[in-house]
Amino acid sequence: MFDQADAILLARIQFAFTVSFHFIFPALSIGLASYLAVLEALWLKTGRTVYLTLFKYWLKIFALAFGMGVVSGIVMSYQFGTNWSVFSDKAGPVIGPLMAYEVMTAFFLEAGFLGVMLFGMNRVGRGLHFAATLMVAIGTFISAFWILSANSWMQTPAGFSINEVGQFVPESWLEIIFNPSFPYRLAHTVLAAYLTTALVVGAVGAWHLLRDRRNEAARVMFSMATGLVMVAAPVQIFAGDLHGLNTLEHQPAKVMAMEGHFESHPDGAPLILFGIPDQEAGEVRYQIAIPKASSLILKHDLNAPLDGLETVPREDWPYVPIVFWSFRIMVALGFLMLALGGFALVQRLRGRLHTSRALHRFALAMGPSGFVAVIAGWVTTEVGRQPFTVYGLLRTAQSASPLEAPAVATSLLIFIIVYFIVFGTGTLYILKLMHKAPQTTTPDQTRDDEAEEHQPVRAAGITPAPAVHAGRTIGGRHGPGTHASPTREER
Amino acid sequence: MTSFFDLPTIWAFVIAFAVFAYVVMDGFDLGLGILFPAFAPGPHRDRVMNSVAPVWDGNETWLVLGGGGLMAAFPLAYAIILPALYAPIIAMLLALIFRGVAFEFRWRDARHRRAWDFAFTAGSIVATLAQGITLGALLQGIAVEGRSYAGGWWDWLTPFSLLVGVSLVIGYALLGATWLVMKTDGVLQLQCRSLAFRLGIATLVCMAAVSAATPFLSGAYYEAWFAWPRVLFTAQVPLLVLICAAAFFHGLRRDHDYTPFLMALALFALGLAGLGVSIFPHVVPQAVTIWDAAAPDASLSFMLVGAAVLIPIILGYTAYAYWVFRGKTGHEGYH
Repeated sequence: MFDQADAILLARIQFAFTVSFHFIFPALSIGLASYLAVLEALWLKTGRTVYLTLFKYWLKIFALAFGMGVVSGIVMSYQFGTNWSVFSDKAGPVIGPLMAYEVMTAFFLEAGFLGVMLFGMNRVGRGLHFAATLMVAIGTFISAFWILSANSWMQTPAGFSINEVGQFVPESWLEIIFNPSFPYRLAHTVLAAYLTTALVVGAVGAWHLLRDRRNEAARVMFSMATGLVMVAAPVQIFAGDLHGLNTLEHQPAKVMAMEGHFESHPDGAPLILFGIPDQEAGEVRYQIAIPKASSLILKHDLNAPLDGLETVPREDWPYVPIVFWSFRIMVALGFLMLALGGFALVQRLRGRLHTSRALHRFALAMGPSGFVAVIAGWVTTEVGRQPFTVYGLLRTAQSASPLEAPAVATSLLIFIIVYFIVFGTGTLYILKLMHKAPQTTTPDQTRDDEAEEHQPVRAAGITPAPAVHAGRTIGGRHGPGTHASPTREER
Repeated sequence: MTSFFDLPTIWAFVIAFAVFAYVVMDGFDLGLGILFPAFAPGPHRDRVMNSVAPVWDGNETWLVLGGGGLMAAFPLAYAIILPALYAPIIAMLLALIFRGVAFEFRWRDARHRRAWDFAFTAGSIVATLAQGITLGALLQGIAVEGRSYAGGWWDWLTPFSLLVGVSLVIGYALLGATWLVMKTDGVLQLQCRSLAFRLGIATLVCMAAVSAATPFLSGAYYEAWFAWPRVLFTAQVPLLVLICAAAFFHGLRRDHDYTPFLMALALFALGLAGLGVSIFPHVVPQAVTIWDAAAPDASLSFMLVGAAVLIPIILGYTAYAYWVFRGKTGHEGYH
């Protein structure tokens, strides 16, 4: 009924599903961690309450996104062993240490200071609290550094030899960590996380401006977010182009699949805007193309020759339809982001940033686009790496555990059900928080709006005395929530 | 036999330390989840949750270090053990998802709080059971051929592995109860004391049962424990267990806040030491030694530099986080 090929396909679907779901959360938490650090810094520097309001507003959303990132991330760290044990055995000596460094330099840092960041506002001084926020933000960066180094090494392996049992043996850690595609991938991914977050923050700002254009917090967040989109979108397109040129150099078959070039073009390759790639026939049907434009983009010369997949053995082809389309979705969204940034700049110069309903509707519609683009980008690079796990050296078909299809199918089904329940609910809670308008309050009033929620924003705990002088804590004069008076049942 | 302090041996100790750190810290988190139904909804449950809310995430990270470290230092062992324990590992991961999000979700939605409290409990119990079953299955041995797992999908499920699984649920519940003795006061603390007393007895019974069963799993374990003159050294383990148990009950009776928790930790440390006596120098018992499974020295030395510098720093700021949230816990969070 089933054979090993089915089991491997199911394992691949499971990896794609769990990693796509997982990456949604870091994409948001990398950007939000930095945004929170900026907000807290601005609040400490200027004393303007609107920054504190925004900090507290986004902190709750960050906590949810971060929590979901953590629990879906643990799945990733064990999935290599359960489903890809041969890959783990062979690539473990290289990939393993990179991930171990990620845990030791990033995960502990984030997790260790997250508690202080979320619950410590009234327990530590302002400086220490800001330091904790900063540590969490730095941790998200370091995490991106190591995991992208590991992924890039799988794409463009370097600095290794292969021993008698077929394991990759590290020869130069510098060459492994800073492998040829790593700097480009790191820049492209971190920019993507920033853009994704800016689009989310911008959409939330737009949502509240559409309902009440006088809301100060909404105005500030919208202005900050669109400002970042304006700068980051063009930079990202430029970084993506460089990344593409790097891919052409090291993984030409991936670029052929992205471009839909089955055949070689000795005198200038067309840029296919639209078409239906047919893997079997080796051609793109119904294509709409700009002659020679692909050569212009990739070689900066209209007549430069470009090889097609016909020069690559068929067993080394990635599956073109997916790569072709995911790449186009990503690029199209990238240009829409550029348009949003440009439109926001025009309205800003006309002084209509906070009043242009068309801009707000556009920004609102673009809210989820970052996530879609990020997933499409990962699909492009990962499916484009096929049929290899370690490019050109270790085939995906030879990387899997001795799996049985029914077991993988069962676990995949459970993953899908659980992820939709848990992360669907979490997303609803995030949307619920975003739907609530940020209300600017003075530090001394913070209790009022929380009282109606019955969810005070302050540290849990009874301490004999506040850890620091009350005047120095964020939130002003309230000490820690004490539990000094016994409840009725305890008397 | 390679010299005693070569890189694979050092890494075996580093990973054993990570596993112990995980059990020490996430053990009481999971224990709170296991005990959660015993606490009254409302302020009591909120206090129980808040006693670990600021630190649970860091506690769980030791599990990632254990898994990641095993892959990096002993890739062959990782590649054999994880497929062999496919079902319990996947169950643990799914359970940890429910347990982890419950910390945030229960505050976000009063109408479904009971549901997330249930998810917190079920997630904690399933994750603990899966960890115990994993340990039991590892102890009873794994079928290996060449460089991969060669057994079936259900090999892990035996009376012995279930015994270890149930024992770990009881043991973590003990850690949770003694943690709360430290972090709470009033009626809630009284309740936790009486829970700790009953769980202490149950834990000792489980330790005795698992210890009694282990030497009969294989002759190698019997040798490891009872061969002369090793027995002079190994006999200290049960002796220390008795001393710690006595101190534990003494502390409970005298209403000490800290002694019961520390002694419960000591019992776990001794259990782990016993495990080490049984399996060392194997990493997959009776099949693969740490030297067979070790990554090349280039991998081990590169990581060791990092671990030597970073693990003390991690322990430092983890201690700081615990210190910030020291003292008894209230029932209001940041939420």
